[in-house]
Amino acid sequence: MPPDTTSESPGSDVTSTVFKDTELTLGLPGEARFSGGKTCSKRGFIERSMDLNLGDSSSSSSQTRGKILAGQDFSSESLVSGAGKPSAAKRQEVVGWPPVRSLRKRALEGCKYVKVAVDGAPYLRKVDLEIYNSYQELLRALEQMFMTCFAIRGNYVGEGGRKVMYPMKEMEYVPTYEDKDGDWMLVGDVPWKMFLESCKRIRLMKSSEAVGTLAPRTHPRSCTYEVAADQQLKAR
Amino acid sequence: MNYFPDEVLEHVFDFLTSHRDRNAVSLVCSLWYRVERFSRQRVFIGNCYAISPEKLIKRFPGLKSLTLKGKHHFADFNLVPYDWGGYVQPWIEALAKSRIGLEELRLKRMVVSDESLELLSRSFANFKALVLVSCEGFTTDGLAAIAANCRFLRELDLQENEIDDHSGHWLSCFPDSCTSLTSLNFACLKGEINSASLERLVARSPNLRSLRLNRSVPLETLQKILVQAPLLVDLGTGSYVHDPDSETYNKLKTTILTCKSIRNLSGFLEVDPRCLPAIFPICLNLTYLNLSYAAGIHGSELIKLIRRCAKLQRLWILDCIGDKGLEVVASTCNELQELRVFPSDPLGIGHDAVTEYGLVAISIGCPKLHSLLYFCQQMTNAALITVARNCPNFIRFRLCILDPTKPDAVTMQPLDDGFGAIVQSCKFLRRLSLTGLLTDQVFRYIGMYAEQLEMLSVAFAGNSDKGMLYVLNGCKKLRKLEIMDCPFGNGALLSDAGKYETMRSLWMSSCEITLSGCKTLAKMMPRLNVEIINEHDQMEICPEDDGQRVGKLYLYRTLVGPRKDAPEFVWNL
Repeated sequence: MPPDTTSESPGSDVTSTVFKDTELTLGLPGEARFSGGKTCSKRGFIERSMDLNLGDSSSSSSQTRGKILAGQDFSSESLVSGAGKPSAAKRQEVVGWPPVRSLRKRALEGCKYVKVAVDGAPYLRKVDLEIYNSYQELLRALEQMFMTCFAIRGNYVGEGGRKVMYPMKEMEYVPTYEDKDGDWMLVGDVPWKMFLESCKRIRLMKSSEAVGTLAPRTHPRSCTYEVAADQQLKAR
Repeated sequence: MNYFPDEVLEHVFDFLTSHRDRNAVSLVCSLWYRVERFSRQRVFIGNCYAISPEKLIKRFPGLKSLTLKGKHHFADFNLVPYDWGGYVQPWIEALAKSRIGLEELRLKRMVVSDESLELLSRSFANFKALVLVSCEGFTTDGLAAIAANCRFLRELDLQENEIDDHSGHWLSCFPDSCTSLTSLNFACLKGEINSASLERLVARSPNLRSLRLNRSVPLETLQKILVQAPLLVDLGTGSYVHDPDSETYNKLKTTILTCKSIRNLSGFLEVDPRCLPAIFPICLNLTYLNLSYAAGIHGSELIKLIRRCAKLQRLWILDCIGDKGLEVVASTCNELQELRVFPSDPLGIGHDAVTEYGLVAISIGCPKLHSLLYFCQQMTNAALITVARNCPNFIRFRLCILDPTKPDAVTMQPLDDGFGAIVQSCKFLRRLSLTGLLTDQVFRYIGMYAEQLEMLSVAFAGNSDKGMLYVLNGCKKLRKLEIMDCPFGNGALLSDAGKYETMRSLWMSSCEITLSGCKTLAKMMPRLNVEIINEHDQMEICPEDDGQRVGKLYLYRTLVGPRKDAPEFVWNL
């Protein structure tokens, strides 16, 4: 049974030498140092986790545990400002904090929520892609979700999930998604699992916008893809 | 008392159900001790290293039900290394060799191997119940052995264990003759199981009252199972995802209407909120609802669901419910006794989280609240004071501000007074966890007022040894004290060494205690095991250097001296 390693900073190669070398020298300017003792200069929880955030290589997070800064001054800026300011990136995980079981943390990580926008809809929705096993399931779910918020033309609703692959004149919306590289792609080209990993958000684009006035090519699918790509360029 | 024959005494003792009462009774005189020990069937051992299996067997030959706890609570948060200890194997071996007719085994935070499970399954003809909570070290092969060999198995309850899943084959190992199951919980298993086997198992278990499925069990299977088990009281769904227009879903809606006995509902690890209406009809009967793994239910769907659960007594949810959602809980669930709000975004700072507003609303709407676990973004003294006034019945109060040294969000002051109000008002408080900016003052309050306090968890709090001293001197009933990252040193540790023999254990990590202090304590108190966990060779460089700070100290009282199974990195002083 492999030990739970979620608490170790990735890539950290912790040796006691590295730990000792760095522990005395790092810290934010103007910070009160804890005096006495041979070992590390213990620092406040916030400061230490922000250091880790900045890619601090003394990532022996399991060793340097934070402490409240010495001193009676509880209005000290470093504590208050640290507490109030939401860090731009997520705070690095600190061993033992927050006190949540790993099982729980991992269960929540297993969700993949993406925003879904539909042209013309007054608000966006969020869906957990992990609960669907195929494009069909996803698109049916989206269809149902958005039916409630605005009217969809008759020929879009109905027959079956495959219609997303057909030429666009048969449906009102083209499903597109933004991938990890920031490009807008047509939903359906890559295997489902690959889509799960790369999809960051979804947009159901009005087909009228997507088709434009271009003549269809022999392969309907490449037509829509190229049009979508054109649209992408136009949008930029 | 000599006038009563032993049988009468035994009969009287039968009415004592709590371990503490029976323990107390056994101390009255040697006659009572003798009668009590022969008639005792259930034994609870809070620390498996406090006593040995041999002594247990010798004292309680009539033992039928054993509860054992292994690693310290902080093992849940990765502070205890995997191979620290807590093995159940020696216990099972000793019990197997003896004439003990073990029927129930409940383990928490122990290391359980497939070999142990196999031995267990073969050694006790009348074995009925296995409950494993937060254990690890075994695979589904071990479960297969239990299923195959325990002919009268009633209960197999796996809660939040780390289990290596080899396949769903284990479920098929229950023989056709096994019809005695009352409770089956495999929600924590990660792998697939054989749906047909599961359906057949349920079909031949007429006494099944509690069933918690894992993520892999599809909705179709759930529907078929519920048809076979309409008397279920406790249900944990598997994958609650389906096309709401399908026949399967419609069948489920009808089937659920027949499940009038369901009082506890959990699961929803995977959920399509459009399928939730199927459970609406049973919501009004629910007394326990656990949505703490249901990240897929939020916003208006979550509120819609909660509004139907007016009889809830225990609610576990994620903080994406928000303060507004908690207001709905407060207005709907007036019978609420226990609330747990878990973080849905443990590392980041989410906007959906809850604050002091939600807690105050709950305190107003739910006067019967006695147990709280609340992960939140911020807190204020004013809110805590209000909560203390509204809910004086707290037995367990655990507040976890995700940013652990955060002061009062409005006044920027420490939260001493807020927690002080809690301990002063809640005279029956047994368990307390503190976070936020806290000085020695909060410990002074705790020492003064928390007379019934048994367990205290502290992190990043206090200014000096005085803090810890207030607690050690004041809390007479203290059993477990766990401290991380507080400025408490040798002075506090050594001030009242005798106190630790009245407690189960003390944990101190990343504090100011040194090796010298720990060694001194160990020398003074031979009936304590004083263990230093020396991970990553922190202290290897200079083991004679007594001035070096101790990373992790875990000490506990014991009748059997230093344990023999300690790994290299655990030093018993």
